[in-house]
Amino acid sequence: MNPQELKYTKDHEWVRREGENVRVGITDHAQKELGDIVFVELPAKGTVLRQGQTAATVESVKAVGEVSAPVAGEVIEVNPSLEGAPGTINSSPFEEGWLFVLRMEDPSQLDGLMDASAYQAMTEGGA
Amino acid sequence: METIYELGAEGRHGVTVPRPEDAERALSHVPEALRRRRRAKLPEVSQPELVRHYTSLSRLNHGVDTGFYPLGSCTMKHNPRFNEDAARLPGLTALHPALPDEETQGALSILWELAEHLKGVAGMPGITLQPAAGAHGELTGMLLMKRHFESIGEMERRTKVLLPDSAHGTNPASAAMVGLEVVSLPSNAHGTVDLEALAAALGEDVAGIMLTVPNTLGLFEPDILEITHRVHDVGGLCYFDGANLNAFVGRARPGDMGADIFHFNLHKTFSTPHGGGGPGAGPLAVSSVLEPYLPVPQIVKRNDSFALETDRPDSIGRVHPYHGNFLVSVRALAYILSLGDAGLREVSSGAVLAANYLRTKLESAYKLPYPGLCKHEFVLSGEGLGEVRTLDIAKRLMDYGIHPPTVYFPLIVKEALMIEPTETEPKEILDAFVEAMLRIADEARQQPELLKAAPHRTPVRRVDEAKAAREPILRRPPN
Repeated sequence: MNPQELKYTKDHEWVRREGENVRVGITDHAQKELGDIVFVELPAKGTVLRQGQTAATVESVKAVGEVSAPVAGEVIEVNPSLEGAPGTINSSPFEEGWLFVLRMEDPSQLDGLMDASAYQAMTEGGA
Repeated sequence: METIYELGAEGRHGVTVPRPEDAERALSHVPEALRRRRRAKLPEVSQPELVRHYTSLSRLNHGVDTGFYPLGSCTMKHNPRFNEDAARLPGLTALHPALPDEETQGALSILWELAEHLKGVAGMPGITLQPAAGAHGELTGMLLMKRHFESIGEMERRTKVLLPDSAHGTNPASAAMVGLEVVSLPSNAHGTVDLEALAAALGEDVAGIMLTVPNTLGLFEPDILEITHRVHDVGGLCYFDGANLNAFVGRARPGDMGADIFHFNLHKTFSTPHGGGGPGAGPLAVSSVLEPYLPVPQIVKRNDSFALETDRPDSIGRVHPYHGNFLVSVRALAYILSLGDAGLREVSSGAVLAANYLRTKLESAYKLPYPGLCKHEFVLSGEGLGEVRTLDIAKRLMDYGIHPPTVYFPLIVKEALMIEPTETEPKEILDAFVEAMLRIADEARQQPELLKAAPHRTPVRRVDEAKAAREPILRRPPN
């Protein structure tokens, strides 16, 4: 189930607003599609990303997926536990498996993202 | 299974090597700092132990010599033994690559003749035999593309390479390796290049396109002439990945389709050993505009003798020591000459016939996302068979003594199973494969647990792929 309080992108990222920052991860649907995740490449702290720019790479036994920045901003924190335990994304996609935190450049960009029900409808539509 | 270090006993040996008479004197020339302080840890086994160890290891293996190997995209065809006879001729195996041209006329003539045949197959005027395999050919090709734009002063603005989303996985890597930006082109509903998406992506910033022909769905691009025409129109170059040449060798030529660069995989189409059976070779053919940049040396024929030409100022340089993987070239020429033109045409018709035979036998039991005639391979999906996944189907095939096809590729098909039978299998083998696949489809519905725990009959059972990737042990722990 996709948490109600989060925003979603069509590329299966989730976004949690924390004041002027957002925490970003990939959805349960995304981790299921990828399968067992074996490697994660995260951006360096201080990286400034445009909206939609590739921020991280998530690799599973069968595919490699790119994670884009859902909104523009600067990377201020990355999840330190993923390097040693990338499977955390499979076991806890919305909580412990978060990827990075961005300091938003323009919070109004959040308005362009989907809510939980719109995202649910999109994934059920087969996307 | 024990490693060879765990066998034998201290002091045991398989052969007796005499101690050289002047060993002490020879050793005195080795500086103290470079001398070994401890004895080298070498296996200590008798000759029968040694032979049994490696013979039993070889029996745990599966290759084209032991069974069917329908690995999509890889053309695992039979390696004719005549090729091996040719490659073992003492005049070739005892040859040193640094000998002067006058003493290697025979070897140079072999390379020259192979190059001429490959240029004929490609319908393109320039060639290098140096690249060691397909991806190396791709990289060499992209370096040529870059050098071309540098020499005409357009490299600064031509930063992009277009790649259909059904391209070989190595293509984007090769483009990125030379510093170009990869732009992915979505396929249309038929699984081929979407001309509108192509038009939208094309511009003066495009260095070229990399096309796998036929593509990884086993489909020939019906608009190939239109595609290459449009790329040339904006000044771009067309790279064709020739890994799938088995689909059209002897019947159509990339040069006629507008290719500027085309790589061969001798270890696929031209039957040299593939996958652990030895090194590969990825010769690269080019159009006349790229000829000046080809790697040196080039083999040239002057009157009736052959020479290595190194004085080519615009060349990108060497991409491999000496002459590439020479004995692979010998095998490929043996194959080409033993088949002749008519035989090569039968290769492609046989490969396409075998693939379509399997496709029509399997398309009712498995989902075929892109229906219709295929070329030398086709892609099924493992979706819709209940709770089992493609990985389980692949593992179960091993229980039937068949090497699994390529799985989860191309990425545009969910739960993909990519099947390429090649022209070298008799009908009985193809029928046995069909039978195994149909049984597995039944098992998937009735005994899914059987598939999920497969394989059951192999020396190594189901391996934990995620654990292997997350916690790889890359070195045997020292004992």
